[in-house]
Amino acid sequence: MTTHRIRSAFYFLIFLMAVWLPAAQAELALNLSEGVTEFSRDVYQLHMIVLWICVAIGVVVFGAMIYSIAKHRKSKGNKPAQFSHSTKAEVIWTIIPIIILIVMAFPATRVLIKMEDPKDMDMTIKITGYQWKWRYDYLDEGFGFLSTLDRKSNLARQPDSGIDPETVPNYLLDVDNPLVVPVNTKIRFLLTADDVIHSWWVPALGWKRDAIPGFINQAWTEILKPGVYRGQCAELCGKDHGFMPVVVKAVSKEEYRQWVAQMKGEQVQQAKMDQKTWSKADLMAKGQEIFETQCASCHQKNGQGMPPAFPSLVDSATVKGSLEGLIHTVKFGRPGTAMSAFGNILTDSDLAAVVTYVRNAFGQRDDTVQPQDVAAVTQS
Amino acid sequence: MSHATTHEHDHHDEKPKGFVKRWLLTTNHKDIGTLYLIFALIMFFIGGAMALIIRLELFQPGLQFVQPDFFNQLTTVHALAMIFGAVMPAFVGLANWMIPMMIGAPDMALPRMNNWSFWIMPFAFAILLSTFFMDGGAPAAGWTMYPPLVLQGGKNVAFMVFAIHLMGISSIMGAINIIATVLNMRAPGMDFLKMPLFVWTWLITAFLLIAVMPVLAGAVTMILTDHYFGTSFFNAAGGGDPVLYQHIFWFFGHPEVYILILPAFGVISEIIPAFARKPLFGYTAMVYATASIAFLSFIVWAHHMFTVGMPLGGELFFMYATMLIAIPTGVKIFNWVSTMWQGAMTFEAPMLWAIAFVVLFTIGGFSGIMLAIAPADFQYHDTYFVVAHFHYVLVTGAVFAIIAAVYYWLPKWTGHMYDEKLAKWHFWLSVISVNVLFFPQHFLGLAGMPRRIPDYATQFVEFNMISSIGAFVFGFSQLLFVYLVWKTAKGGEKASSRVWKGAKGLEWTVPSPAPHHTFQDNAPVNDADLAHGSAH
Repeated sequence: MTTHRIRSAFYFLIFLMAVWLPAAQAELALNLSEGVTEFSRDVYQLHMIVLWICVAIGVVVFGAMIYSIAKHRKSKGNKPAQFSHSTKAEVIWTIIPIIILIVMAFPATRVLIKMEDPKDMDMTIKITGYQWKWRYDYLDEGFGFLSTLDRKSNLARQPDSGIDPETVPNYLLDVDNPLVVPVNTKIRFLLTADDVIHSWWVPALGWKRDAIPGFINQAWTEILKPGVYRGQCAELCGKDHGFMPVVVKAVSKEEYRQWVAQMKGEQVQQAKMDQKTWSKADLMAKGQEIFETQCASCHQKNGQGMPPAFPSLVDSATVKGSLEGLIHTVKFGRPGTAMSAFGNILTDSDLAAVVTYVRNAFGQRDDTVQPQDVAAVTQS
Repeated sequence: MSHATTHEHDHHDEKPKGFVKRWLLTTNHKDIGTLYLIFALIMFFIGGAMALIIRLELFQPGLQFVQPDFFNQLTTVHALAMIFGAVMPAFVGLANWMIPMMIGAPDMALPRMNNWSFWIMPFAFAILLSTFFMDGGAPAAGWTMYPPLVLQGGKNVAFMVFAIHLMGISSIMGAINIIATVLNMRAPGMDFLKMPLFVWTWLITAFLLIAVMPVLAGAVTMILTDHYFGTSFFNAAGGGDPVLYQHIFWFFGHPEVYILILPAFGVISEIIPAFARKPLFGYTAMVYATASIAFLSFIVWAHHMFTVGMPLGGELFFMYATMLIAIPTGVKIFNWVSTMWQGAMTFEAPMLWAIAFVVLFTIGGFSGIMLAIAPADFQYHDTYFVVAHFHYVLVTGAVFAIIAAVYYWLPKWTGHMYDEKLAKWHFWLSVISVNVLFFPQHFLGLAGMPRRIPDYATQFVEFNMISSIGAFVFGFSQLLFVYLVWKTAKGGEKASSRVWKGAKGLEWTVPSPAPHHTFQDNAPVNDADLAHGSAH
């Protein structure tokens, strides 16, 4: 009997080691990250307090159970006691949990109040969720940009891509344009969405908040340490929910000022792009690039889509029909479907390029669309 | 009534002949209970197959087997099938079989409605599952069906809403039947505070069902009109409010999670005393704790929505109210442990599953307390930590209790003992693999893996792999259960009427297998046969 028990315990140990040793070797993250803001550190503390309280309760309750299972068995000739209640015991184990809960509630309340008190902010960034990308608008500086899954991850994540995700740096957690912010600065975030509900989450900042169409939510952060912090959309938002990462690059205040100046310069360049007349070859090249980053996740690279949710563009009536109608669809979207209004997120020259590309590649129409043509189409 | 007794005995085992009369037109609570349980088992395997495809895709990073859109369809329908198709019907099946026998009633109060409430279910699920074969596929917006995403669904929206309406009608009829039976059909002497806890927990569950199923029906109807009739209940562009839907849904959804677990509490409160050979500790406290949990379940719904941007006052209220639930739930756990304390325990399969329930459900309760802490929930929300939490309370909670109940009452139903050795294999394989399956998901969530994603970053590889291995072992172990139940139904060692030496309650006073009709003579019950016969 005893040797049998020892042998089973030995097998169990081997099983545990087989499961956990590889995990330990890889130094896996098992726990919440402490993060890089005061709030995230508070949350980490709170998490650890509650976790250890639960462990302590578990030790007591499971300990009593294990003792009872070992001692109070019929095979040991135990005669069952016949008690069926004890008011004293029941009062005690109602009052002790109440005290424990009050002990937890105090720090939780303090941290929550701090989080929900966004005053004396130094700057404001508006975050808009789209299927499946983020837009960041620096409201104090007057510029903004889109942030989508980077090209390498996007190639590797295609079914049967043949690319091993392990070879892609920061697989699924990298973007083309990260959100750049200064450290030691109180930043107010205003969150909303254009199509469905998304949720903006960077674990190192300590919170996530939903981006909801028709609502503007508020949250704030003050990052204490320069670095690159990665997260993901946390609210199911459709087909590519798993492929809209968030990357925050926290830099020194000086570096941030330089970056803002550079972005403003690019904005001037961008405005010039919308004024000039483009050659067809340039439009097609730029259009294909934009199509592949913005449109191909639904309509597919070959334009054939995934009907019925994502219609095929090849020889479609809209693509072949009036140029104005096609521009209208791309610029203002199709309400009630996944086709969002790209006029909100792309410049006129980008729209001109992508419409030209779609028209020629999938509609077999030899047309060129200029930024001015896009500007002329209005919502009505 | 005594003059009729001898006469009635002749008809006890008179089962209708032919499949249609016996099963399709049945009004017998035992046959309807069997139908419910078989239906639940089938749905458990359908939902389980979906879960295994999900775990197969998540075995390694990259997309190998399914497209992201199909992945979302699987997570959505897996949840709907398991909640509405497996766990709820299984408990209704147990209620049908056991409540009349436990309270000394000849049948359910409304036998024809009972037939109808079962036979709606196969149609509801045929409609729901048929969407997989349609253009555009099955619903893919999650079982919570949040607009505006759900409104992007194609044809499946109408089918999903109609299927949920049917499930709701079935649940409400089942609940009315249980309330009517418990309130009106108790044998003389079966006072409220002598009823078995399984009956108590089901009575309270039935009231929850009647209160919240119409709320869900209202929510999905508004989705239907938003999608097809141009209303804007949840469409911000038309003046609607997408967050309103979440409030309505979770006003249904939170009581719903107690609908799934309260009958499980009842089952465990029957099994532990039987195998500890000792009365249940704190019977009245258990009844009041169940009622308090039911009441609290109506005022905590927004803890599912801490990240939608509620005002501070709202967040504080829902945090405190949620933490309160730990108190009556704790009372239950402590009472079960006290019931075991100084008993004379034996560890047959029902007891093993019940002990595993107490331990693992408590672990799910711990993560529940952590999730209640609103500022920490800003990290946990919508991650695998939540997935681990609700699978601990629903799989190792509700499902384990259902399996425990089947082992406990199967000899009463079939007249045969199950194969104890095989049942122990089933238990140990399941209890180890289910922890390999779900425990690492806590780590994944804390390390930052969101839920409902078909592909993941490479730091999540190891634990996903472990979890998938656990899933396959757990899934295939359940085939053993099917074999065991089938074998027991076919034959085996004859079971005595008492089956378990320490078991108390009226169901053990009738022969095994229980005759087709029981308690037709409505004789007064004998206090000595009851678990809670004398006043507590």
